[in-house]
Amino acid sequence: MYYLWVFLIGGFVCMLGQMLIIYTNITSARILVTFVLIGVVLQAFNVFAPISEFAKAGINVPIIGFGASLAKGAMSAAQSKGLLGAFTGGLEATAGGIAAAVIFAFIFALIFKSKTK
Amino acid sequence: MDEKKRSEAYNRYVKAKIPKTKAWPSLFNSFLVGGIICCIGQGVNDLIMLWFPSMAEQTAWAYTLIVLIFIASFLTGIGVYDKIGKFAGGGSIVPITGFSNSITSPALEFKHEGIIYGIFVKMFTIAGPVIVTGVVASFVVGIVYLFI
Repeated sequence: MYYLWVFLIGGFVCMLGQMLIIYTNITSARILVTFVLIGVVLQAFNVFAPISEFAKAGINVPIIGFGASLAKGAMSAAQSKGLLGAFTGGLEATAGGIAAAVIFAFIFALIFKSKTK
Repeated sequence: MDEKKRSEAYNRYVKAKIPKTKAWPSLFNSFLVGGIICCIGQGVNDLIMLWFPSMAEQTAWAYTLIVLIFIASFLTGIGVYDKIGKFAGGGSIVPITGFSNSITSPALEFKHEGIIYGIFVKMFTIAGPVIVTGVVASFVVGIVYLFI
């Protein structure tokens, strides 16, 4: 049953992105940056966790979740390690995703050929 | 015709020639595809939790994202993700799969410029700004949390 909420909320978030494209003509890099910032802000004010409990993948799969885990990592590391934590926490929490994206991109870029557009 | 008038006329001409995306169907498509991608993510997460019941929730999410990133990167490699993107617009950009696509796609496209200046450099044309924003913003949040 919660798949319905995942679908509705995830779909809604993506639709917001599409609205930005249509009405402001911004590029995909700006959209990603905007949504990462939204995630950081949501986490900074501690509203991400209650949304995530309810929306699950609907909010964790959109890049908002990436921003939130960056901020969450920095927040908890700052509390446990102090100043160093504020530097390291964000990347530490998201290292898996970034590394995966880079590794797979490298492998597939070597294997496949670019399709002519 | 002075220059200003000419550029105005040109702008009008360009505006008339640009293919218009119809707002409502594209919103619906992005909703549909975005929702489906999130449901796939939820499915992967549920499967991981089913197979490894002792795994911490946060670890399971990290694996979920890695699986999605793998799938999107592969689909970009075989040229399917771009087709999905044409149909879905924001629905294929906003999920983490869009992040993965934004790294793999330029890496593939600029492969012919060589491994280092092609793949390695162009990989971060879109992901770079995203990572910079995220790192700086999370650092600011961390610093604020140090003092409160």
